Amino acid sequence: MATTATVGTEQGLWKGGAAPLKAGYGKLMMWFFLLSDAFTFSGLLIAYAFLRWSAPAYKGEPADFVFSTKYWPIPEKVYEAFPGFHGVELPLVFVGLMTFILIMSSVTMVLAVEAGQRMDRKNVVKWMLWTVIGGICFLSCQAWEWAHFIHGTDVATLGDVVINGRWVENHEIFGAGLTFNQYGPPAFAALFFFITGFHGFHVFSGVVLNVIIFFNAANGMYEKRGHYEMVEKVGLYWHFVDLVWVFVFTFFYLI
Amino acid sequence: MEQATSVTVIPTDKKKILNIWKVALYMLVITAIEYVFAFTMEAGMLRTVIFVSLTILKAYYIVSEFMHLGHEVKGLIMSILLPMIFIVWLIVALVNLEGAAVKDSRGTVDYESAGTEQVEDSGH
Repeated sequence: MATTATVGTEQGLWKGGAAPLKAGYGKLMMWFFLLSDAFTFSGLLIAYAFLRWSAPAYKGEPADFVFSTKYWPIPEKVYEAFPGFHGVELPLVFVGLMTFILIMSSVTMVLAVEAGQRMDRKNVVKWMLWTVIGGICFLSCQAWEWAHFIHGTDVATLGDVVINGRWVENHEIFGAGLTFNQYGPPAFAALFFFITGFHGFHVFSGVVLNVIIFFNAANGMYEKRGHYEMVEKVGLYWHFVDLVWVFVFTFFYLI
Repeated sequence: MEQATSVTVIPTDKKKILNIWKVALYMLVITAIEYVFAFTMEAGMLRTVIFVSLTILKAYYIVSEFMHLGHEVKGLIMSILLPMIFIVWLIVALVNLEGAAVKDSRGTVDYESAGTEQVEDSGH
């Protein structure tokens, strides 16, 4: 027990023989990378909120709401589908499931980090595997959600659009594309694709990193190294992905 | 590589594990509360403020407990927190003030559904 504890503190030192801010080099740099990544997402959030705030809003009873390209839609009217329940209105249920999956995978990641601090290889491998499974589940859910969003509902929305450089009035719009969509102004779907896509790409990168860490831990690489700091670093990234989702969830699906 | 075999596993601290699950439970409860507001409260500025506050509360739990920032040294906490506070200031300024000004100067009119207009007319 005593040996592992001393190994842990010595490993934290940088090449200069000190540990600024009492954190290992890699861990501190991961924090600063995440800070810069937070700036990127803040930029996207500003673009989203600015465009939405300055677009016409729907004022009226949610029960009377119909899709139009002229005003911003009510989120719970857009996101109300669930796989296997065609035609049944289940507002925000699917996105709730996605949120639950991502939060749970964050919890299993914390447990993996905790096991790593105790040099418990068996449990690191177990919890990393659960984290990878959670990440893949989330990505699968998002793939379905995107497919549904692009495909659209049974009822078309009539709108004036430009197709192949030609102005078409009262065009029957089904689903969403990059230029126009059935749910609201063109910016609505464009922002949905860009922001959830950028977040989804982060989740994908996170899953790839988690798989690498999983194999390294299982092969005993970190046990030989004497510490599991890599699990901690990748853990920080994975929690950040969860953190961004919490904000995407609020701004895209609730407000 | 003889050291590899001499690794001792430190036994689990039950309190630490319990705390992790407790934080997870808090997050799920906060999300459940958000759903209650989403379905029972009318959309408006107050509801938006409630949603954003609950989101920041969730963010606090993720960053402080899951990412362990709350247990780091003060210098590290501040170097992450201070830039983010400035960013929040920027977001509020651009979205709330600039967004509203642009909407106003464009002359953008919100859409009133026919149903609500009739209700308003009968009131006069």
